[in-house]
Amino acid sequence: MPIEILLFKLLLCGIIFVVSLGVAAYATWGERKFAAVLQDRVGPSRAGPFGLLQPIADGVKMFMKEEMLPNKSNKFLFILGPSLFMLTACMVSTVIPWGGDLTLGGVTYNLQITDINIGILYMFGVVSLGIYGIMIGGWASNNKYSLLGALRASSQMISYEIAMGLSIIALVMMTGTLSLREIVEQQNAGVSYVVYQPLGFLIFLICAFAETNRAPFDLAECETELVGGYHTEYSSMKLGLFLFAEYINMFISSAVMVSLYFGGYNFPFQTEIAEALGLSANGLTIIQTLIFFGKIVGFILFFMWVRWTLPRFRYDQLMSLGWKVLLPLALVNIFITGIVMWALGLIGNN
Amino acid sequence: MSLSNRSVVVSKKEMSWSERLYLPAILGGMAITIKHLFKRKPTIKYPEEVREIAPVYRGQHVLKRDEAGAERCTACGLCAVACPAEAITMESAERKKGEENLYREEKYARIYEINMLRCIFCGLCEEACPKEAIFLTDRIVPSSFTRGAEVYGKDKLVETLEQPVDVSARQRPEVLEFKQDKKHNHNQTHLDKKAVRRSGH
Repeated sequence: MPIEILLFKLLLCGIIFVVSLGVAAYATWGERKFAAVLQDRVGPSRAGPFGLLQPIADGVKMFMKEEMLPNKSNKFLFILGPSLFMLTACMVSTVIPWGGDLTLGGVTYNLQITDINIGILYMFGVVSLGIYGIMIGGWASNNKYSLLGALRASSQMISYEIAMGLSIIALVMMTGTLSLREIVEQQNAGVSYVVYQPLGFLIFLICAFAETNRAPFDLAECETELVGGYHTEYSSMKLGLFLFAEYINMFISSAVMVSLYFGGYNFPFQTEIAEALGLSANGLTIIQTLIFFGKIVGFILFFMWVRWTLPRFRYDQLMSLGWKVLLPLALVNIFITGIVMWALGLIGNN
Repeated sequence: MSLSNRSVVVSKKEMSWSERLYLPAILGGMAITIKHLFKRKPTIKYPEEVREIAPVYRGQHVLKRDEAGAERCTACGLCAVACPAEAITMESAERKKGEENLYREEKYARIYEINMLRCIFCGLCEEACPKEAIFLTDRIVPSSFTRGAEVYGKDKLVETLEQPVDVSARQRPEVLEFKQDKKHNHNQTHLDKKAVRRSGH
């Protein structure tokens, strides 16, 4: 790998890390503001204009809080839990194609950290690792509420991962590739995969809510029965990491959904618009990246909108939805996709 | 019999297929929440915006001075007796010679304290006062960090000469007219009395 590409990738790593932290920080602000507006309130308005400095104030508050370690907990695992959760939340961003190619000084740089050909599998593997953060943290707390919350979170994530994986399989059957970049490139003709896979998208969306532990699937941190769920015993920035990682997860899963089903950084009539405006290739790439972030913000707002609309599921409802509804539906989706592809002669004719 | 005509008989029928799908209901709920995006917020952002209050609002008390600047309160204690919340305490002292410009009567309140945490802002002190010394105003009592700071002494209650507090909104027109009449002893300041004495009546 040439040195300038290596440097560019390192820079991109840093930028994406900072951007995902920034987006997550402002998602907390956005969540509070959006919730307030939906409840006819004003929301944070004191720190800076429109309360825009609120995330910084919250961050400072989290860092200044007293650090508490439960007396009879496993100290190492107790600290490992939130760290692992945060790490896995950030790791998925490496395979997401944030934009097209940038050509600077005759060298083409790709706005994706790594284009591994098993991108989707990597993503699933890393997302599954995220459970360990919650489970280790919940178990090491040596607290019944934490343990129950961790159990709930892990069983929920494992259950919904199956339906999620199966909903993706139907998509992979159509794309014929596991590389996220190629999937996005296939959608640059203007038709997104959500048009071909509406059921698959719906299943993926519901599972994404469950995977990120967001309402209406947030019973892992159900205050009414479990105090705080798996982060009952956490304080200071370790609690902050758990809360923050939730928003990073939301950001990343929005990015994945946009890449898989909503054309990623492509937007309708992009070549025509670029020609009409006389944009260079680099200009188009930058606009594409901005559009990609616009779509992600739209999805994040959708996550919040759902959170402030729907009440929380009961545990048995959650499990029956996952196993008795979404799993069969995902299988049916695969079946229908297979039949249609066979009828169109896309498979089975060799 | 129904009193409100709004009672509904609970139906335990099986849900239809579309109801069991839940998606229409979810979309309906989301439509309701998004409608609130366009609603007017009832919030009043307090220090910057102040709620409109009635002209006769009963807020923080003021101890009035007369037109010549002497304190009207004579420490008779009727306000403290009238106070249902027992928020008012006072200690009286005798006016010395040469203090006529400070205190209107021979007796005055050396200490006058109102505990704003006890006060219920009923206005009975104002009704009981025979000297028109205490009034409730449209000022809001600010919050504080300690209980002690909520016991207001004379430093906070007596109006300053530079910034007199207007309480005319809380007085009836007849009362305001009566106060213009200098024939009555009640309306005479020490300067008026001095003038009357000098003219030889």
